[in-house]
Amino acid sequence: MRAYIIRRLLLIIPTLLILTIIVFLLVRFIPGDAIDMMVAMMVADHLGGGAWEIDREALERMLGLDVPVYVQYGRWMGVLPTLDWVTGESHFKGLLQGSLGTSLFGRWAVEERIISRLPVSLELGVLAIVIGLLIALPVGIYSAIRQDTAADYIGRTAAVMGMATPNFWLALMVMLYPAIWWGWSPPMEWVPFTEDPLGNLGILIIPSLILGTAMAAATMRLTRTMMLEALRQDYIRTAWSKGLNERVVVVRHAIKNALIPVVTLIGMQMPLLIGGSVIMEHIFTLPGIGSLLLNALKLRDYPVVSGVNMFYASLVMVIILLTDLIYPYLDPRVRYS
Amino acid sequence: MSDATGIPLPVIEPKRRSRLANLFIRLVKEKPLGTASGIIILIWTLVAIFADVLTPYPPDEMHLADRLTGPSAQYLLGTDHIGRDFLSRLILGGRLSILIGLSTTALSTVISTLIGGASGFFGGKFDIIVQRVVDAWIVLPGLLILITIMSIVGPGIPQIILILGISGGIGGSRVARGAVIGIKENDYFLAARAIGSPSAATLMRHVLPNIMPVVIIIFSITVGGVILSLASLSFLGFGLPPGSPDWGSLLSGEGRLYMEQAPWLALWPGLALTITVYCLNMFGDAMRDLLDPRLRGSEG
Repeated sequence: MRAYIIRRLLLIIPTLLILTIIVFLLVRFIPGDAIDMMVAMMVADHLGGGAWEIDREALERMLGLDVPVYVQYGRWMGVLPTLDWVTGESHFKGLLQGSLGTSLFGRWAVEERIISRLPVSLELGVLAIVIGLLIALPVGIYSAIRQDTAADYIGRTAAVMGMATPNFWLALMVMLYPAIWWGWSPPMEWVPFTEDPLGNLGILIIPSLILGTAMAAATMRLTRTMMLEALRQDYIRTAWSKGLNERVVVVRHAIKNALIPVVTLIGMQMPLLIGGSVIMEHIFTLPGIGSLLLNALKLRDYPVVSGVNMFYASLVMVIILLTDLIYPYLDPRVRYS
Repeated sequence: MSDATGIPLPVIEPKRRSRLANLFIRLVKEKPLGTASGIIILIWTLVAIFADVLTPYPPDEMHLADRLTGPSAQYLLGTDHIGRDFLSRLILGGRLSILIGLSTTALSTVISTLIGGASGFFGGKFDIIVQRVVDAWIVLPGLLILITIMSIVGPGIPQIILILGISGGIGGSRVARGAVIGIKENDYFLAARAIGSPSAATLMRHVLPNIMPVVIIIFSITVGGVILSLASLSFLGFGLPPGSPDWGSLLSGEGRLYMEQAPWLALWPGLALTITVYCLNMFGDAMRDLLDPRLRGSEG
């Protein structure tokens, strides 16, 4: 058991290192682009025409794009010093120091911006998971204990349909048809939970319902399969033959065993959930991390793009790690083998 | 839930009819829903191939007098904001979505088989290193990476096939790896190694033929998801060039501004997408059940 945990923890180190290389290199394929964009913006914003020549090399030096890629990576990781072009001092400031970099536009710290936008995305994600489980578990369990009845078929068909329906289309439909039929459209003006809890929930409920139902589809299918498998086990037959009633058999014996693998599915669904939240934040104009990323992509603000990718990838990794570590505690069969 | 446990081999039946014919007969007999889905996909594919003949109007022809008209005998699904026949655009969009989806999935399946197969076959240090890269790739949320790369290389058909294919291929390689590790435990494989059969020969004669069912399964259960990813990318503006009539793009861009006046513009592409992906998933599930029911695992 201890060996398993230590091995699992040690395995993160190479994975994390490779992850930083992938995330860093992804956005460094065309380094000139951000500079072009900045030059264009500066010309448009301040100089109204472009009679003024901008010193490209100076700009690259200021942004730290003048050095070879491996030096940039070293600075981004925090193992090589970064030169601050305002104060002229150099210091170590990278991932190892907890810094995700600085935006090319506006010089704000990426990690601070992510933290300030985290509540929106976190609330959306947690609501979606809760809604997904609230739908998936009862339907999946009922579907299994009433296998091959009409209710089972309806539940399964709904799940397959749910997996096939694009969530962005569902969102468009929700925005469109109620507006045409009843003149009602979902509220779009963002209010923080601390200012107006009800208004805040009113805004988030529709996107989280859409994300939640998408998650429910896969979870429901897994719950059903695992329930069916659990119900076929010997200890269930023993429970029946002891004369226990259905409720006790299902709740105390079957569900307890069936739900263990569902825990891992939540971890594995995280990448999908994050992708979905980016789309929902875009459609419902929510000020979360997803819209931060989309904005940064539009401006080619590479440090922000890398920062958000790194943040979300680490989040997924930690959650999958946690579900792996929790697993042996939930399932003694794994613990002793 | 570990990937290293390996997937048991499909049972090899004595050869009377060809394996393909056998599979087809079992599909029709045992999986009516899967067969029906397969027929719908076949129809869609034919429509995609013969799109030029089937479209009532050239998809880019503007009928400015008939802007945003509803469904009628003249325009079966109505027209868009510059008077283009929507049915024609939807058919052409089907061609783009389905053909790009199929070729992307083909590419990703080949990549999955190559990476997973090599990793499982050679094992050792090579396997350990490859698996760490795969681990790192899997925790990266797919859509985030796709929009990041697409924003750098710019929208376009070759880019999207390449990037969606590689990205999906790395993620799917674990199934192929598991299958190859399973094959390595079989007696015929050990016997081949024992008589000193060279790696290349073992690979071609023993591993490749036996991994084929798994390859077909990987293809058929991922193609629906690939078409959805493609549509999501296009919807966000990172897929095909703006103005393309693929189903994702039809739901975004300029069209979105007119959806309240002409809700059919939003309805049909989404329905077409949902039905296609539903059929692909049903067909994929049926194929998986027929070829190797033990792969069911997470979905029931």
